[in-house]
Amino acid sequence: MTKLAPVLSAHWDEKDSFTIDAYTRNGGYKASKKALAMDPDAVIQLVKDSGLRGRGGAGFPTGMKWGFIPQGDNKDHYLVVNADESEPGTCKDMPLLLANPHVLVEGCIIACHAIRAKYAFIYIRGEVTHVVRRLNQAIEDAYKAGHLGNGIELVLHVGAGAYICGEETALLDSLEGFRGQPRLRPPFPAIAGLYARPTVVNNVESISSVPAIINNGAEWYQSMGTEKSKGTTLYSLSGHVKNPGQFEAPLGITLREILELSGGIRAGHTLKFWTPGGSSTPLFTSDHLDVPLDYEGVSAAGSMLGTKALQIFDETTCVVRAVLRWTEFYKHESCGKCTPCREGTWWLVQILRDLEAGKGTEADLAKLLDLCDNIMGRSFCALGDGATSPITSSIKYFRDEYIAHLTNGACPFDPAASTLFEGANK
Amino acid sequence: MSFSDKDLATMESIISRYPRSRSAIMPLLHYAQSLAGYVTNESIELIAKLLALETAEVTAVSTFYTQYKRKPVGEYHVGVCTNTLCAVMGGDAIFAGLKEHLGIENDGVTTDGKVSLEHIECNAACDYAPVVMANWEFYDNQTVQSAKDLVDGMRAGNPPAPTRGPNTLVTWKEASAVLAGINDGKANEGLQAGTPSLLGLKLSKEGK
Amino acid sequence: MTTTEVVDMISVVIDGFEVSVPKGTLVIRAAEKLGIQIPRFCDHPLLDPVGACRQCLVDIEINGRAFPKPQASCTIPVEPGMIVKTQLTSAVAEKAQRGVMELLLVNHPLDCPVCDKGGECPLQNQAMSTGQGETRFEGTKRTFQKPINISSQVLLDRERCVLCARCTRFSAQIASDPFITLNERGALQQVGIYEKQPFESYFSGNAVQICPVGALTGASYRFRARPFDLVSTPSACEHCASGCDMRTDVRRGKTLRRLAGDDASVNEEWNCDKGRWAFKYVTALDRLSTPKIRNSDGILVEASWPEALAAAAAGLSANKSAVLVGGRATYEDAYGYSKFARIALGTNDIDFRARLSSDEEREFLAAHVVGSTTTYRDIDGADQVLLVAFEPEEESPIVFLRLNKQFRKRALKVTAIATKLSIGVEKLKGEFVKVAPGAEASALSSQSLTNKSVILVGERAAESAGLLSAVAALAQSSGAKLAWIPRRAGERGALEAGAIGNLLPGGRPVSDAAARVDIATAWSTQSLPSENGKSASEIIAAVNSGSIGALVIGGVDPLDNSDSAQTLAALDKAFVVSLEIAPSAVTERANVILPVAAVTEKSGSFLNWEGRPRTFDSAVADTHNRSDLRILSMIADEMGRSISLATVTAAAKEIASLGRWDGAKISLNKVSVATAPSLSSDQAIITSWRRLLDLGTLQQGEENLAATSRQTVAVISPKRADALGVKDGDRLTISTELGSVTLPALVEEIHDDAVWAPRNSRGSQLLSQLGVAHGAVVKVAKA
Repeated sequence: MTKLAPVLSAHWDEKDSFTIDAYTRNGGYKASKKALAMDPDAVIQLVKDSGLRGRGGAGFPTGMKWGFIPQGDNKDHYLVVNADESEPGTCKDMPLLLANPHVLVEGCIIACHAIRAKYAFIYIRGEVTHVVRRLNQAIEDAYKAGHLGNGIELVLHVGAGAYICGEETALLDSLEGFRGQPRLRPPFPAIAGLYARPTVVNNVESISSVPAIINNGAEWYQSMGTEKSKGTTLYSLSGHVKNPGQFEAPLGITLREILELSGGIRAGHTLKFWTPGGSSTPLFTSDHLDVPLDYEGVSAAGSMLGTKALQIFDETTCVVRAVLRWTEFYKHESCGKCTPCREGTWWLVQILRDLEAGKGTEADLAKLLDLCDNIMGRSFCALGDGATSPITSSIKYFRDEYIAHLTNGACPFDPAASTLFEGANK
Repeated sequence: MSFSDKDLATMESIISRYPRSRSAIMPLLHYAQSLAGYVTNESIELIAKLLALETAEVTAVSTFYTQYKRKPVGEYHVGVCTNTLCAVMGGDAIFAGLKEHLGIENDGVTTDGKVSLEHIECNAACDYAPVVMANWEFYDNQTVQSAKDLVDGMRAGNPPAPTRGPNTLVTWKEASAVLAGINDGKANEGLQAGTPSLLGLKLSKEGK
Repeated sequence: MTTTEVVDMISVVIDGFEVSVPKGTLVIRAAEKLGIQIPRFCDHPLLDPVGACRQCLVDIEINGRAFPKPQASCTIPVEPGMIVKTQLTSAVAEKAQRGVMELLLVNHPLDCPVCDKGGECPLQNQAMSTGQGETRFEGTKRTFQKPINISSQVLLDRERCVLCARCTRFSAQIASDPFITLNERGALQQVGIYEKQPFESYFSGNAVQICPVGALTGASYRFRARPFDLVSTPSACEHCASGCDMRTDVRRGKTLRRLAGDDASVNEEWNCDKGRWAFKYVTALDRLSTPKIRNSDGILVEASWPEALAAAAAGLSANKSAVLVGGRATYEDAYGYSKFARIALGTNDIDFRARLSSDEEREFLAAHVVGSTTTYRDIDGADQVLLVAFEPEEESPIVFLRLNKQFRKRALKVTAIATKLSIGVEKLKGEFVKVAPGAEASALSSQSLTNKSVILVGERAAESAGLLSAVAALAQSSGAKLAWIPRRAGERGALEAGAIGNLLPGGRPVSDAAARVDIATAWSTQSLPSENGKSASEIIAAVNSGSIGALVIGGVDPLDNSDSAQTLAALDKAFVVSLEIAPSAVTERANVILPVAAVTEKSGSFLNWEGRPRTFDSAVADTHNRSDLRILSMIADEMGRSISLATVTAAAKEIASLGRWDGAKISLNKVSVATAPSLSSDQAIITSWRRLLDLGTLQQGEENLAATSRQTVAVISPKRADALGVKDGDRLTISTELGSVTLPALVEEIHDDAVWAPRNSRGSQLLSQLGVAHGAVVKVAKA
């Protein structure tokens, strides 16, 4: 059985873990000192060798991304950290930043050195006041300690409520002071990103993983995980489980293993469906308990590793209701730029509302699937694609349940049964 | 409203964080909310002037992001997560309960101006579901009753402290200032991590 | 013009056909070359690709590697080895397009029967070609309040909008007036303005024209007609010297709208709101329809054409006569006046400059402008552009758009030598060289230009002594290209036609005997007068001193000059033959009034500032009004001194047969700069220009357009504002002995010695109210 392997989360249980004192006490800012003494290309090579891949969902090799930045081009380069964690189910970066913001600051210093950037930005979602406080304080303290300000500037940029800003080009537009709508690619950010300059955009967890790699070496990191998915990562377990929470483990652990470690599904209930990496990743069922949760394993099973947001739903949950609510989310968060996503989510919600209420016929399911076909791969960015994932995967696994709504003329589920305070006072 | 010299100096310092001034539009809008409680016409005009933009360009940005409000919200703005996971686990019941308890609808404000209510999307705290946010501070593992107690406390002037946040709940305007990047000295208050965040670490230390 | 650029060509296969296009060409346009029309909404060839509407999805493979999903053909440049399958050959592309079309209509109201766009609507047309007959959408449509005014001139129906962002991109990318933006998000995304700043861009009409649905409509055309009821005629804009290609749409003899035409070398596909929306003057003005003659009691009475022509001929034959023709005459009409002066009147006393002008300017025009070949293309290739006494956005808006295009594309350096910083120069991020009115010439010496630079000098340069001399010297020493950009559409043509005292047609100097022989031969006359003619102001003075007794006047407003009292006195004194479209200060004083056709009622051409012919046909059929040329020809016949120009075609033919003068040009005698006046603390030097939208005659009757004009203000520097204790919005009085104007103050970038006000705007008609417009000392006080 795969063992948990806390690296990022190793010191979260120390009361003052978020302070610069605690971070330094636990060996913090040694890696940046070491990296700054290295040739930038050697840092990039080390990260390449470690096998670290993007933890924001796409899994692109981090070192390779850094290597795309043109060198000696006499242009400003930028590092932008994507801390806009908003994918439903995803809840790893916020606890990380609450408990240990300095690891991200140190990661930024190392990444800036590697890509020859003088300016880094952390784009954090705006709905997390206390996380903003912690990160802001960490940056202030890092300046005071001289880790920042000597050739590397780090600016915290606070978003204002827009899921689409997690899309890296929308994030860049937002950071430049525009509406957060995705840009055409090419040019890719590595060539023309922030302010049309070469830019690396990395997820919080990716950058935060770098100091440990510098300290312990590529081989150490390589030694964890699976063949193509190296290292450890944060798995976020939520929903109808006995004990939800963060589990840092080598890539490739299975849901069955995590559930066994943590106490399983909530008492008296059984697993019905789950997301491996947030709502945009096609649903899994109990048939997928042994899928290795690494980039390849999840992909081979028909979904995506995404953000490793394991949202667990038991048999009390109406899948149509769950999917409708996600679809409402995508409609609310569609940026409006392209037709399929903007108009498609508007329409999907109306069909799903009818279906959940037991209105309509089986032909509406076909229409729903055809509509998804007209959105998937037709939208400007992946938001539109993501909106179709829960719908198509749920119809694949739970077609009968949709039909049951229609034959029943209403939703056959009792929503109270799904709540945590089932039977408790309301 | 008018802007004091101190306000203007703060805004200039926000602009100076960035290599290009237009990038400051979002923190400036947060800051404007910290002064007036919402994005007023005066603040749109001032930000346009400070950044050498047209007022339409500032409007375009301010209406894109849901956290920028074009009308006043309560001293305490309560967001109930009704995205799928929280909704299923109790968020829907909490939201319905609060609407009934406060006598307001989504986006409504109580007549005393103390509490406003909004259903929100996933707030990255799913392992603490169901989640309620107040002025964007975490209130974890809520029930209908705990949420009602929370808003009652707000209306009485003594809201309970956030689960993972400062020792006392700050006001909407104070929170907006934090989001504008202004340090309120409360970063060191509160928990470093809640129990679910530490579960994996604890199990690991138990040899798992 | 020869081009030496080498263009890489790339071959691609689209629907089985190979096509070779320049590198960088977008797939959608390569397909057009083959005649394959891929449906689209957001795509516009002059706007940056955005890929938003997703209507143009096609299947693409490159060197055997297929894209996993259909691609937006409006965003992908061709590549070697590319094979494209459009809706015609790919079932996937066809379904993708059909799917997008269905989605576009989900929230569209389908109110085509009451929509102005119906019948010429890309959405309607493409829904027919690419959509399905019936929608599967059974839900609730998004609704908005039906149309809202986003300016007095433009209405927005958000329900019809497909959010292609053409309008917002035009405003930001082409006009640099981002007053309309996409607001809100998702399905609620909508075009909008800031509630207190309407869409008052000089170019707003282009956004209406390129809207691919009926979301943006112009107030003046709304509910007026169906496209299929209109008769469209290609036309040229008569409002300024930019030279826009236009289209005039007429229904039952009445112009209902004008659209920007498509001419890549001039206006591309744009025009300004004045050109688009100021056309009602033709009908709004109290048009003259019947000739009139002043009877023995001194009263104007209606007369028959033979009576009127006889009276005109008699009066002109009996007196020494001169010609004043305004800057709005067509090239052919100006040629008619030019020939009429020489043949019928036997004089070179003719001037087209019905505005502030100078002898220095007349020499400058003959020495450096007539025959000049500087063009828009030179702006495209310039290393920098120097603006002298010229505000492109106000005075030649398409020149502004071209400068802006180059500024946005490659940060073209623009320098403005001006008394006041203008909005247009600010948008171009131009370098503003601040000078005192009258002292512009002094700033020229510090400019370092190259032979790749372009100097654009405006007609207002004539108002500062020595400035045109300095401009000519700078062009000469640097090798920079020089262009003179007058405001009015007819001035360059009138110059080329010789409607000026020192030149005969084709740039032939009057003072050159060989030049005179050229023209005399062509005109089959023995000889031509050899003395340079008088300028407009000399002609007026000569009338008042009694040496000239008669005037032929066409299209001149005496109030466009500073000595209007002198002019009016001369009109009272002389025998005046007036060729006009509407009653004016001239017709009031005329002895014979001969009504003429307005520009839409005749054919002809203008030469724009480049000297490029802009020909047009009569847009309104069945008019009985005759061109100036035809009437001049009839008077000449009546005088027994035929000019043989019965038709526009005849005139055009004759102009072409004359060719250009290739002999020596007149040289410009350098004029020195006037010494700066000394000012007391309550005095300033006035400076002004005309705004694009103002009280110009051709804008009469356009209330909606007028309401979008810029605010009338008096501009002073911060230093003067401090001294006067004035802040923005306080009222300021500018006065001379003649009169005063009182306007809201605006404290801005302007020379400390200067005060600026618009020359001819509501509440600020400087030439009639103050008698001065530039360079003169005025009093400035807090009101």
